[in-house]
Amino acid sequence: MLALIDVVLLAFLAVTAVAIVRLRDLFAAVMVTGIFSLLSAGLFTVMDAVDVAFTEASVGAGISTILMLATLAVTQDVEKKRWRRRFSPLALGVVVVTGAALVYGTSDMPRYGDPDAPIHHYLAPHFLEHTPDEINEHIPNVVTAVLASYRGYDTFGETTVIFTAAVMVLMLLGGAATIDRRRPGGGRMGANVVLRASAKPLVPLILLFALYVQFHGDFGPGGGFQAGVIFAAGLVLYALVYGPDRAQAIFTGRRLEALVALGVLIYGGAGVAGIVLGGEFLDYDLLAADPQDGQHRGIFLVELGVGITVAAVMTTLFLLFTGRGQPAPWEDRVGESEGTP
Amino acid sequence: MSVWLEALSWLSMLAGSLVLLVTGLGVLTLPEYYSRLHATSITDTLGAALVLFGLAVQAGWSLATAKLVMVMLFLMITGPAASHALVKTAALHDLSLPPRRRQEDGDAGAD
Amino acid sequence: MTYFTVATLAILVSMAMLLVRAFKGETVYDRILAVNSFGTKTVLLIALMCFMTGRPDFIDLALVYALMNFISTIAVLRFTRYHDMLDDDDLRARRLSAPIAPAIEEELT
Repeated sequence: MLALIDVVLLAFLAVTAVAIVRLRDLFAAVMVTGIFSLLSAGLFTVMDAVDVAFTEASVGAGISTILMLATLAVTQDVEKKRWRRRFSPLALGVVVVTGAALVYGTSDMPRYGDPDAPIHHYLAPHFLEHTPDEINEHIPNVVTAVLASYRGYDTFGETTVIFTAAVMVLMLLGGAATIDRRRPGGGRMGANVVLRASAKPLVPLILLFALYVQFHGDFGPGGGFQAGVIFAAGLVLYALVYGPDRAQAIFTGRRLEALVALGVLIYGGAGVAGIVLGGEFLDYDLLAADPQDGQHRGIFLVELGVGITVAAVMTTLFLLFTGRGQPAPWEDRVGESEGTP
Repeated sequence: MSVWLEALSWLSMLAGSLVLLVTGLGVLTLPEYYSRLHATSITDTLGAALVLFGLAVQAGWSLATAKLVMVMLFLMITGPAASHALVKTAALHDLSLPPRRRQEDGDAGAD
Repeated sequence: MTYFTVATLAILVSMAMLLVRAFKGETVYDRILAVNSFGTKTVLLIALMCFMTGRPDFIDLALVYALMNFISTIAVLRFTRYHDMLDDDDLRARRLSAPIAPAIEEELT
């Protein structure tokens, strides 16, 4: 049964990919990209990779679609027609040769899921077996242990990359001042009673769920990245329904910039604390009397840093990109009663 | 698990599956946007609720059931809200509602 | 477990039909509708897979999906009105105003 789901989902994925390439209307292409991400998450779930599916769900299906649409709103949304003939023998030749080389290269790799593959004999069993004694016996989620402790450098690099991207976008689009500029008319769907009524109880629950995902990452799927994105999605919902000016009342441009940096600071700080206490960078064993407690504290701190940075970055990007166009016509008629057209 | 509970779960999931099939069928074959919206808004929520209920009965009293109930509640709140937003946006701006059908004399109206 | 199989097959068939509508979609709203519905089916599929593989962790994933689907639909609906700054007016006009379906039109005349 799972094999059937695999095959069907992969077939959908292929068809969706072709459709994305062929569609000239970029808006439709973005919607279909949302479907692509939903399918990928389904596939990851079938492969039992729940943390990855979680991240794909939060980032691909939600934030990524929204940010791409926000970009479309400020550029044109139809792909330009090609100005020369479509078939190029040189391009085809390069693609065929490279593809053939790649396929030839993969023939040496072990088969998919082969238990004798080298990866299953070297690091993976070490992580699986030694997490209870090297890291902390109360962290059953090995993915979090690997991400935050065994491979803490990589995660630090990823967090810094997200931070750098946010800094670049802020520099390009005008920084905190752009976020803080009050837009006339608001730009909200708040005149719509149904949406307001359903979003009002949902937003605090979404934020609470984000915190649950953040702190539950030790025991189940979750962690800093996913929690940050879900938190940002809650804020996006609030901004969409009530208007960005109300969202910015709390999250002003300066505070967002500060939060973006704060997360990376916490992460780096945890690393430097290891040095200060006499060990190496990101050595969590020294953060408490008992090395296991130290590991737990270290993982908690770095996940917190990642969560803060990701939430702030996604919210910043959303607020920077949106509201730059004209307000929608229904927003001019704020307070108009809801009648049939 | 008792036979009654199994039967309830089986029935609920079967009904939910049929309703979900109707959703897809409706969206594909109905001629016009507002008709397709009819197909989605009711059947999505109902089918989801039935299937999730069947799964919850399977899980018994456990954390999984609580989470399934949360998912069900969430879908039941946001499904209709999303349908409302879809109709409102389309109707207010772009798509004209389909015109009323006029009854004419001698027209073979009611089938 | 046969009922999981039946439900999964039904969901997959429904997904296929929604995909066709998402690709064909005469108007942009049809596509948004199809994607929204597809998201709900994915939530159900994940919940089913959770039971088939026996791992209760997946339900968190289903919850996140339901959430993201909703937020993204609302966001998309909000952004469909920002296309006032297009160059390609003809494409926009074609996309946004759906013709009355010929079947209905026939019955009126």
